[in-house]
Amino acid sequence: MATGVAAWLPFARAAAIGWMPVANCPMPIAPRDNSKKQDELIILNVSGRRFQTWRTTLDRYPDTLLGSSEKDFFYNEETKEYFFDRDPDAFRSILNFYRTGKLHYPRHECISAYDEELTFFGIIPEIIGDCCYEEYKDRKRENLERLQDDQEENKDLKQSNLNFRETMWRAFENPHTSTLALVFYYVTGFFIAISVITNVVETVPCGSTTNQKDMPCGERYTVAFFCIDTACVMIFTVEYLMRLFAAPSRYRFMRSVMSIIDVVAILPYYIGLVMTNNEDVSGAFVTLRVFRVFRIFKFSRHSQGLRILGYTLKSCASELGFLLFSLTMAIIIFATVMFYAEKGSSSSKFTSIPASFWYTIVTMTTLGYGDMVPKTIAGKIFGSICSLSGVLVIALPVPVIVSNFSRIYHQNQRADKRRAQKKARLTRIRIAKSSSANAFLQGKRNGLINELLELTGTDNDDQKLIRTISLLESQHHHLLHCLEKTTAHEFVDEQMYEQNCLETALQTYPSHSPSIASQDSPVVSCCGCGAKRNAPLPNASLPPANPIPTHHHQGPLQELSALHIQSRDPLSHTTSRSKLNLKTDDSNRINCKSGRITTAIISLPTPPALTPDGDGLHGPLQRRVPLPPGRPAAPSIQTTTSSAETNIVKVSAL
Amino acid sequence: MEAKRVETVSARVDAAVSSTDSVEDELELSAVRHRPEGLEQLEAQTRFSRKELQILYRGFKNECPSGVVNEDTFKDIYAQFFPQGDASTYAHFLFNAFDTDHNGSVSFEDFVMGLSILLRGTVQEKLIWAFNLYDINKDGYITKEEMLDIMKAIYDMMGKCTYPVLKEETPRQHVEVFFQKMDKNKDGVVTIDEFIDCCQNDENIMRSMHLFENVL
Repeated sequence: MATGVAAWLPFARAAAIGWMPVANCPMPIAPRDNSKKQDELIILNVSGRRFQTWRTTLDRYPDTLLGSSEKDFFYNEETKEYFFDRDPDAFRSILNFYRTGKLHYPRHECISAYDEELTFFGIIPEIIGDCCYEEYKDRKRENLERLQDDQEENKDLKQSNLNFRETMWRAFENPHTSTLALVFYYVTGFFIAISVITNVVETVPCGSTTNQKDMPCGERYTVAFFCIDTACVMIFTVEYLMRLFAAPSRYRFMRSVMSIIDVVAILPYYIGLVMTNNEDVSGAFVTLRVFRVFRIFKFSRHSQGLRILGYTLKSCASELGFLLFSLTMAIIIFATVMFYAEKGSSSSKFTSIPASFWYTIVTMTTLGYGDMVPKTIAGKIFGSICSLSGVLVIALPVPVIVSNFSRIYHQNQRADKRRAQKKARLTRIRIAKSSSANAFLQGKRNGLINELLELTGTDNDDQKLIRTISLLESQHHHLLHCLEKTTAHEFVDEQMYEQNCLETALQTYPSHSPSIASQDSPVVSCCGCGAKRNAPLPNASLPPANPIPTHHHQGPLQELSALHIQSRDPLSHTTSRSKLNLKTDDSNRINCKSGRITTAIISLPTPPALTPDGDGLHGPLQRRVPLPPGRPAAPSIQTTTSSAETNIVKVSAL
Repeated sequence: MEAKRVETVSARVDAAVSSTDSVEDELELSAVRHRPEGLEQLEAQTRFSRKELQILYRGFKNECPSGVVNEDTFKDIYAQFFPQGDASTYAHFLFNAFDTDHNGSVSFEDFVMGLSILLRGTVQEKLIWAFNLYDINKDGYITKEEMLDIMKAIYDMMGKCTYPVLKEETPRQHVEVFFQKMDKNKDGVVTIDEFIDCCQNDENIMRSMHLFENVL
């Protein structure tokens, strides 16, 4: 439904006059506006504060509470106003939505209170305008997270019947759950610290013995250090295995960063055990010992800050990379310049450009060790330029990088958020939009059911169950119907369309028949009534009482099986509607009561049954076999679709 | 309710005065406010009653607070009625049909004059309006190309998901049908007299012209 522009519906309908001379068929009748009352003011009393607005303003959004008949529940007969026992402040923005078409989120409102109001009045929050939507979503997410945290804490306190494995996992992940977990947490932390300290102390020279010069403690007290190392590694291994056992998803656990760190931390020891004291590989073995320092990363389980730092570094990788790149560029430039400047001087330390890299880096970061200094005048000039520019090149990006950390971190989060929000938002809006398009198709069916019941003269209770649509909607549907008549094509929904395409692609009729079908369809699928005046036209050489082919739609039995019915009498309006929802058992009743119906072709939908090529099939057929009204049933036509599906029996009956 | 509003008169005065300064012109163009003529004048010029004009103006002003519709807004509004297809081309032609003084925007007077013809005019006037709509270059003749453009625009509004499936040549065929009906002397163009004659002889068209009379 054209929400918000309902005021322009009269204009759109008037403009439809532009289609009239082009159309070849009579137009459907317009719905009558039975309510002759003028536009009136409605009083909305929200907890004592009275709002007034025009009725048509509220009617703009018929799928909300205020726009539909649902508000009649709140009508107060004595005071002749609608009373709502809700928050008047929030109601202000809701009423403004009707007036302006844009929903705003007032920032001082509590998010959950506002949500409740929106739900009460039947407005989906996705249509909040762009100016306020991000704020709304942010607040909502914060609120949700807060609630979730509370819930999780409560959940933790309440959980009592987990199995052993889950208890272990929870103990590992959150040490505050039980005393045992806390003990375990501190013990592992202690051992990590011990392990790191021993690695460090191992290399300290331990005081000289008489016969040898200083040797590191590690070599002096080999056994002691080996014992400590073994103990630590055993603890770590046990811990790793327990975590592996308790993990809900072992594969995911093994891929996680922390477990990789664990493995890398303990692996050198085992490799060292396996390898003998072979002299060749002991060099490699020593290198492996370096990896023992990775044990310090195990602390990140114990420290939240480390984890956040690691994450932000990861997310700022591009910025850091850019800094590195620009630095590299500057280094190369200056190193080259210094090399060529110092080439002349003798005993110059600047033996090659890579050798000059060291000088450039040390100078640019304002370290200035002094192990390499330029001696020529040109070298000194360029050296000073190098150090000055170094100050700029280094000092400028560093604060930017630092502030980028938080900015980029938050920005990345927000961009992903926005993207995810946008997709969800657009999906919902598209659904609402397609529901409006579907409303037309649905309305067609409903309208047809109404007409069918009228025709058959039955007065079922079903009739009352058919949803009565608002005048605005019926006018909009009438407009779309006029367009269908003008172009002699119908609106269908996505899946029908795709099925039709499939069917037309699959049909194995001789090549000329599709072309006939295509020629026929614009005119034949219409009532063919314009044909009366256009005798010379090849397409329209259909006799007046031409029966109309049907369109079959797949689906369950209650799905629409469209039928075209033409009245013999062109001046009659009652049967100008061209489609009917028909069940096979009703066919006889229809054909008996309404003498105007010439020929109806009914399909027995055997699911899945679909023959959109009914047009092509029946078009040529009917041209050769025109049936005047009142004739007994034409022979039943049996067709099988080209697809290897079930038979579709088409019965032509009167 | 008077259609006059208390506007900042300076806006209108500036628009008249600042003809030399191009920068100011740009600014003023965006801030243009249009006030329609008085209610009595409009009542005299159109066939609407006072109340109807009030309702129309309220709806109009709500959508376009500045008082004029430009083509993009017009297309947006019209597109909302046809969610399945693309109504922009047809809206463009409609816009030109309503914008009788061709100044690129439809004011309330234009709007109401057009509606007056469409809803309250004689059949003759309606047919003339329709002819004007089809005659894109306003030269008094409808050529096949113009009709084809209009036809394609109408079919575009149907969108993709139609039954039967829309083929490429459907608009062209429709144009052929139209010309066979309308072009009596077969000179390849339809003049206004041919058009009016032919439509008056066609029952369907005559009947459908009366379709929207009780719209307001």
